[in-house]
Amino acid sequence: MGNFRFHQYQVVGRALPTPSDEHPKIYRMKLWATNEVRAKSKFWYFLSKLKKVKKSNGQVLAINEIFERKPTKIKNYGIWLRYQSRTGYHNMYKEFRDTTLNGAVEHMYNEMASRHRVRYHCIQIIKTATIPAKLCKRESTKQFHDSKIKFPLVFKKIRPPTRKLKTTYKASRPNLFM
Amino acid sequence: MPFKRYVEIGRVALVNYGKDYGRLVVIVDVVDQNRALVDAPDVVRGQMNFKRLSLTDIKIDIPRLPKKKTLIAAMEAADVKNKWENSSWGRKLIVQKRRAALNDFDRFKVMLARIKRGGAIQQELAKLKKQNAS
Repeated sequence: MGNFRFHQYQVVGRALPTPSDEHPKIYRMKLWATNEVRAKSKFWYFLSKLKKVKKSNGQVLAINEIFERKPTKIKNYGIWLRYQSRTGYHNMYKEFRDTTLNGAVEHMYNEMASRHRVRYHCIQIIKTATIPAKLCKRESTKQFHDSKIKFPLVFKKIRPPTRKLKTTYKASRPNLFM
Repeated sequence: MPFKRYVEIGRVALVNYGKDYGRLVVIVDVVDQNRALVDAPDVVRGQMNFKRLSLTDIKIDIPRLPKKKTLIAAMEAADVKNKWENSSWGRKLIVQKRRAALNDFDRFKVMLARIKRGGAIQQELAKLKKQNAS
């Protein structure tokens, strides 16, 4: 699976060296953005909230995309976020099961939008982590921690194999039993 | 009406939508309610939505998340390919493919064969009618 909307970047930057401070401290951030340009912009947004440095008196030293180490392994991701609702800011912790962190982050944005009507720009990701199965807190992820998992697919949606073969009217009612 | 085909580790499924349409894959693990981790001998292991999978009757015996070698060995041991090609579903798909690949001369030959078959059936039917009438 390759096509992610959100990519994880590592941005490294510092303030520009001045006569009074020859070697300013270098800061590194890992963040999610749709592309590198946005990643750099986000970096300055967060950094200027934490340290006294702005884009105009700083420099980005490196920006690298971080790829998933083992995209074929299913992991439980815990995401801590801060979001703005209509009434104020809240913190939240969500768990997702996915093979890649980018996929889990995309899932998170979609879920926040659908369940809480919170859009992309109102969400800040505080922290993400891979959680071992023992430490998962949500029942909906824990129910898949079963090595002998078995469930039936309850109803079969009949779909034409390509969208070209789609028709508005069908000759007979479909059989939905799996 | 109890269910007979379950999503479980080792269930063989047919991909019914998308790039891998028509391929047989094995469900190797379950990601969450809608997605499974799916693997086949010549495919990189990846996740797939259940909506794209049609479960088959075939199930092979594998541990959770097997290595590729173990998976291929288990598929050989369970003889998935032959079981599939001999099952009625598998045979139907093979016939469909064959029919789609016919050229005009082949279709002419098929027409002649159908006429011949129809003729043989009518002859037998006539014989039986005669027997019944008399």
